[in-house]
Amino acid sequence: MNVPWLTLLLLLPIIGSLVLTIMPARPGSALPKQIAIAFSVLTLALGVALAVGYDAGGGYQFTENTTWIKLFGAHYSLGVDGMGLTLVLLTVILTPVVMVASWNDGDTGRWGAKGFFAWILALEGLSVGVFAATDVFLFYVFFEATLIPVYFLVAGYGGPNRVRAAVKFLLFSLAGGLVMLASVIGLYVESAKTSGGPTYLISELADLDFGTSVGRWMFVGFFIAFAIKAPMFPVHTWLPDTTESATPGTSVLLVSVLDKIGTFGMIRFCLELFPEASRWATPAIVVLAIISILYGAIMAIGSNNIPRLIAYTSVSHFGFIVLGIFVMNSQGLSGANLYMFNHGLSTAALFLITGFMISRRGSALISDYGGVEKVAPVLAGLFLVAGLSSLSLPGLAPFVSELLVIVGAFVYTPWAAAFAVPATVLAAIYILWMYQRTMTGPVREGVIGMRDLNVREVSALAPLLLLIIVLGFFPKPLLDVINPSVEHTMSEVGLSDPQPNVTEAEVAK
Amino acid sequence: MNGFQAPKIEYFTVSPILIVLGVAVLGVLIEAFVPRARRYVVQVVLAMAGLIAAIVTSVMVFSRLNPGSDSPKGGSIVAEGALAVDGPALFCWLLLLVLALLAVMLFAERRLEGGVTSFAGQAAALPGTEAERQASTQGLEHTEVFPLMMFAVSGMLMFPAANDMLTMFVALEVLSLPLYLLCGLARRRRLLSQEAAMKYFLLGAFSSGFFVYGIALVYGYAGSMGFAQIAEAVSGQTGSDGLLLGGIALMAVGLLFKIGAVPFHSWTPDVYQGAPTAVTAFMAASTKVAAFGALLRLFYVAFGANRNEWLPMMWIVAILTMVVGSVLALTQTDVKRLLAYSSIAHAGFILTGFLGIRSLAEVPGGSLTGVSGVLFYLTTYALTTMAAFALVTVVRDSAGETTALARWQGLGKESPLVAGTFAFLLLAMAGIPLTSGFTGKWAVFAAAQSAGAWPVVIVAVLASAVAAYFYVKVIVLMFFSEPVGEGPSVTSPSILTGSVIVIGTAATLVLGVVPGALIDLLGRVGVFIR
Repeated sequence: MNVPWLTLLLLLPIIGSLVLTIMPARPGSALPKQIAIAFSVLTLALGVALAVGYDAGGGYQFTENTTWIKLFGAHYSLGVDGMGLTLVLLTVILTPVVMVASWNDGDTGRWGAKGFFAWILALEGLSVGVFAATDVFLFYVFFEATLIPVYFLVAGYGGPNRVRAAVKFLLFSLAGGLVMLASVIGLYVESAKTSGGPTYLISELADLDFGTSVGRWMFVGFFIAFAIKAPMFPVHTWLPDTTESATPGTSVLLVSVLDKIGTFGMIRFCLELFPEASRWATPAIVVLAIISILYGAIMAIGSNNIPRLIAYTSVSHFGFIVLGIFVMNSQGLSGANLYMFNHGLSTAALFLITGFMISRRGSALISDYGGVEKVAPVLAGLFLVAGLSSLSLPGLAPFVSELLVIVGAFVYTPWAAAFAVPATVLAAIYILWMYQRTMTGPVREGVIGMRDLNVREVSALAPLLLLIIVLGFFPKPLLDVINPSVEHTMSEVGLSDPQPNVTEAEVAK
Repeated sequence: MNGFQAPKIEYFTVSPILIVLGVAVLGVLIEAFVPRARRYVVQVVLAMAGLIAAIVTSVMVFSRLNPGSDSPKGGSIVAEGALAVDGPALFCWLLLLVLALLAVMLFAERRLEGGVTSFAGQAAALPGTEAERQASTQGLEHTEVFPLMMFAVSGMLMFPAANDMLTMFVALEVLSLPLYLLCGLARRRRLLSQEAAMKYFLLGAFSSGFFVYGIALVYGYAGSMGFAQIAEAVSGQTGSDGLLLGGIALMAVGLLFKIGAVPFHSWTPDVYQGAPTAVTAFMAASTKVAAFGALLRLFYVAFGANRNEWLPMMWIVAILTMVVGSVLALTQTDVKRLLAYSSIAHAGFILTGFLGIRSLAEVPGGSLTGVSGVLFYLTTYALTTMAAFALVTVVRDSAGETTALARWQGLGKESPLVAGTFAFLLLAMAGIPLTSGFTGKWAVFAAAQSAGAWPVVIVAVLASAVAAYFYVKVIVLMFFSEPVGEGPSVTSPSILTGSVIVIGTAATLVLGVVPGALIDLLGRVGVFIR
């Protein structure tokens, strides 16, 4: 029997979300939260089961394919390769973590905790759909649909400027999405000209040759949308505003999961569908990526607001991911793929820990803190671990990926690596300086009597930090899954790694 | 061959028009002979029965085309060449009749106004006079609105099926005149309503004048009223180009006015705002369908061979319409005006699909054409906009509908259901996936891009982004702003308005998630005959 596993995986949270929506509202009741967490844990279990059953070398798996709208060439077609699987896993891991961490964050919001958890579950289901779609039309539908839950999560729950921030987020994303729509329609027009009729299946589109100028135009349309999503300099401005206003949980889902759609899309669509255009655009994009890396890091150093600071570190990290993607060699691509997963973990940990701290003190400004480590040592310690993982300390997961990206950049051109490497130093500055200003020194007035993390908060963080440490020493399981999909991408783009031109014999001479 | 030859009319094929016209005439007689107390019930039942009968016969005529098969029949020219009953015409008929049925329900709504319809008690009484007060205390109502509407519907049915210029003009007038009257019949804010009717009438009459002049010029060029003969003359390039191009331009003015395209849009906001909301809903949905049906037929069938001459003009009109509509909508403070400007923007999007004209040889069989894209968009937009205006009628205070956006603040608290549904419809108009607005947009943009109109498509996606902003603004207002003063209140409507809202919203969802069946059907039957 052919079980539609991925459909189940994406429907499960959506059903949970509907259950929450229709159940009667009872203020103060913990039942909606318990139901929500039950659904997300079930989803996690299913996701892990799929990962266990995944055959690392087997290309797209758990595939489903049904014609959806024949005249459009659209299919309901799902499947995951290594890259898709890791991102689906990231989604299903982070959702229960966020729920535990944000247990009380939704209580005072627009629709209460019930609405908060319902939106989160809806978001989880749609995100799984984005990463599992193997049809461009279906991908686009999920891509746009994810905006709605995020919009309501930001606008309904968060700081004083949340409505403005939510609108800014939505408009940036919609604008990008609509530009992409022109390219998506372009794919229809081009594929309708072929004998097979219109199609949106990635596998069939990848075999088409679009012609140079058409391909480049469509590439630009896709790339703009993904650059806004990722976000890259100069279209990143919505991210700091949004994270500043959103709850920490929303920020985690936004930055760790949704923004990955941008980089995921660059590999899946920009590279695999438009290889010629990708090679054509590489120099410009590498420059933009390096600007993102340095600009994000410098802005992070200059930020006094903690969520904004983390948002800027993400701009920098996304610069690394994009750099890894567009240097077009296996080291860079593996690094980028791995980075997507690791950045998800480390940023999630940072957002959540600082979120706990901010909710205690009631201020997001670094200058309002000082000496936290004396009153809340556990918080300070975990903060340090998360921070060190964000600055890519060897032994923690992001180090492996950052190293791979820099190696890839070096293979591409030493110049790119030379400009990217200083960001590792800047990263040390923004993380350690933030640690120094908030955690060390004399205990500031508002910090006196700050409670340390409670059991719920520690248990939300534990899986993240555990994964960060384990994957730091032993990234092999993840790389085993990622590498075949990287090879697939490389072959689609028609690339092979440069071979060393100094042979052993020459060295011996 | 001497003597009088009776014209041959295919009665069954044109029966939907005849039924609607018959019901309209019967409605006038009812006004004369049925006692006042019973008129409302009789009129409503008659109108609905007539429309349902017309829907049934349309379906029967439609099924003769065998639309389920891969190569359906084209249809037939009937009534001595006056009407072309082909796939697009029949689809427009069905759509128009369904919309008219929904509109009758809105017209018949009585609970919202406390037991009377939302039309003026006595239209002849001057606003603010004793006569008006009396009419209102006696609970008078104008049941003439139903026959008036049926006349308009019969004109709308003829409009997209008209196969010669005279029939098209007659249809245009038959559909317009009752609408002018209906616009002036609001029970509340009567001066605004009468001003709207006056504006609509004057400008409409003016644009009809253009249309007739255009007919004269084209007739001078082709020597015939029939579209087939005009098409022949155009492709044979007989006669003077000046006559033809002048005629095309003037006829376009008449049609673009009805559609509400820039620069002939200035009536739209005033009329949409002033007219009774039920009439606005009817007009916004049905007039667009009829006028676009006619526009498609006139330009594709009669002037199709000449498209390189008129396409540039239409490109400019489409771009202007989208840009002006979306930009001006940004500053609106009244929900009906906002929807009016949004309808202008949508007219631009539909015009984008209209640009997807290609010769049949260029289009692989069963694929998306300009005609099927436009008809699909019309279906989605008409049902969405109908439901949206129906929702506007239920947000009220003691002075009737509260259309000022400022009074809609905090509606999400007052009635999450109404605000949520309205938000969903707005998202559909903005073109968010999983709503019909997205599939519709996709269809028209894809049609246009297939025909090489990609610059217009790029403007269209940018205009959509601007449009998204004002839709989102209303959502923010409803859900995240604190109510001012007492805040808005929602009157629960009777089952009539309620079912219009439910049907429109359900269609918006269904056509967004599983549009396949409808779009495939349109791909098969969206072919004009001549």
